Amino acid sequence: MTNPYLPNIAVIKKIISENEVNDIKTFELVFEDPEIAKNFKYRPGQFAEVSFFGAGECPIGIASSPMDEGFLQFTIKKIGVVTTALHNCKEGDKIGIRGPYGNGWPIEAMEGRNIVIVGGGFAFTTLRSLAKYILHERNRERFKELTIIYGARDPGELLYKQDLEMWGKRSDLNTVLTIDKEVAGWKGKVGYVPTILKESAPSSKDAVAAICGPPVMIKFSIPVLTELGFPADKILLSLEMRMKCGIGKCGRCNIGSKFVCKDGPVFTQKELQEMPKEH
Amino acid sequence: MKAKIMDKNELQDFVDELTKDYKVFAPVKMNRIFRLKEISKGKEACLGYQNTRQPPKEIFFPQTEILFTYKMDKEGVELEDIPLPNEKRVLFGIRPCDARALVFLDRFFSSGDYKDISYLEKREKTTIIGLACNSPLSTCFCTSLGGSPFGKEGMDLLLEDINEKYLIEILSEQGAKLVEHIPWLKDAENADFERAKKISEEAESTIKLKIAVEGLRKKFDSMFDAPLWDQIYQKCIGCGVCTYLCPTCWCFDILDEGTPTCGRRVRIWDTCQFPLFTLEASGLNPRPSGKERMRQRVMHKFNYFPKDFGELVCVGCGRCVQACPVNLDIREIIKAIMNT
Repeated sequence: MTNPYLPNIAVIKKIISENEVNDIKTFELVFEDPEIAKNFKYRPGQFAEVSFFGAGECPIGIASSPMDEGFLQFTIKKIGVVTTALHNCKEGDKIGIRGPYGNGWPIEAMEGRNIVIVGGGFAFTTLRSLAKYILHERNRERFKELTIIYGARDPGELLYKQDLEMWGKRSDLNTVLTIDKEVAGWKGKVGYVPTILKESAPSSKDAVAAICGPPVMIKFSIPVLTELGFPADKILLSLEMRMKCGIGKCGRCNIGSKFVCKDGPVFTQKELQEMPKEH
Repeated sequence: MKAKIMDKNELQDFVDELTKDYKVFAPVKMNRIFRLKEISKGKEACLGYQNTRQPPKEIFFPQTEILFTYKMDKEGVELEDIPLPNEKRVLFGIRPCDARALVFLDRFFSSGDYKDISYLEKREKTTIIGLACNSPLSTCFCTSLGGSPFGKEGMDLLLEDINEKYLIEILSEQGAKLVEHIPWLKDAENADFERAKKISEEAESTIKLKIAVEGLRKKFDSMFDAPLWDQIYQKCIGCGVCTYLCPTCWCFDILDEGTPTCGRRVRIWDTCQFPLFTLEASGLNPRPSGKERMRQRVMHKFNYFPKDFGELVCVGCGRCVQACPVNLDIREIIKAIMNT
């Protein structure tokens, strides 16, 4: 038995600023110990506890795809003590990682189906991991049509601009980008995600929807998906809940008897319907 | 049933024998309260209490505990794991309700993919010697929840006060090994058992309040949105003492203490009764008021935990009833739920 709270050391190789106000950055990390790197096997939708020693640690969804070899990416918004300390880091600095934790997106149940990804704002990180995973040349044919509906307040707040541009050029997926209010020069849609989802009306036939976003976006997107014919067990949601330990011990991220850190963070809408309304 | 017997005036010698081979934790009188502390001599132990203020969880899961230490310089980061205890330990003189609580904590900390090694190692190295309750308090309700003043669950030995003597029941191999160390202990006789049985029955009969908890877990299944929660939390001031003193509560926080060059990561007890416990970085709080927080505490004990582990996770020690500054009584809550 080993100490489950002991992180592994990782080096920050690259820092990418994701938005205009520069409070969201993607950190590209490599484990110091190649053995640890080799054994760090994760699936899209899982998270890890990211440490800045002296400030603490916090759970962050893994934004890279398991197909990305040799590095991990975490997209982090500067919002509290730990994330501010991380934002002050430079390339070459060393931080701590433990994980991967959580169930992740149920890839096996998604194979052979049409996939609809619905994301809002900063919550797009593990959906990006999922999209990159599906779009990888070794995986693409295991999934049918891919539709990505992604919205943010304004164009500057859309994450992963390089990916979005690349996806826009590919013919094997349909990317619909939207912003809340009209901005000069914007070529995508204008409107909130649930509205654009309704307008785009992706078919629910043989399809699975994966959603992550702010609570209000989720609240209004679920009825749209239901109206489009998605059954509750084909709507997947990645939940947010305050966590500390990440391994089901510290007792704070439960919804009823389920822990978001270990039983989630991905739940089907059907599972959520059976759980207390406390998330 | 195997048992030993000793005179009451031999108790100090008994504990002295233990301190030779074990690190011994026992109740110690501190001003007006009793706390479990490490002792080096039998005379420090004091059994004249009804129960210790803090439950024994603090021996295995201290209120603050270092998880690891770190050092950082230009070369990099170095983490140092905390050494696990390697000495044999005895926890002496805990009440049957508290010993039962440890059984729940054992099950929780050893469950799932990640074992809480710090708790489990200390637990594994510890022999538990319980002390039966001859005179339960008015706040005690162990008999409603499957325990009893002379209950034996979770212990290796049980001391039973039979007037001028202690009957020492041997409940496990570990317990048997421990009494082997003390050759002067005499074998118990039938008359001792009979007297212990009588005292145990008397003790049990003094707990007048018996709450019917049959079907309580199921009952809670439909209680999440019950109007009852709107009322019962009203007088709660959210101090959290009910959870800090609860022998089966284990929630904790993790934080760093130190400078950019060296420091440590610690865990400290936390409570679901505090608003910050669930406040998310976005500003959203899924349990925004005392109502949701009290519901969490009660539902966890009587519905959520039982769903995963099969048993109600309250042992009826009554600490939360005694310590509550506004006289909230969990027994009244259970009764109210059972009557809905």
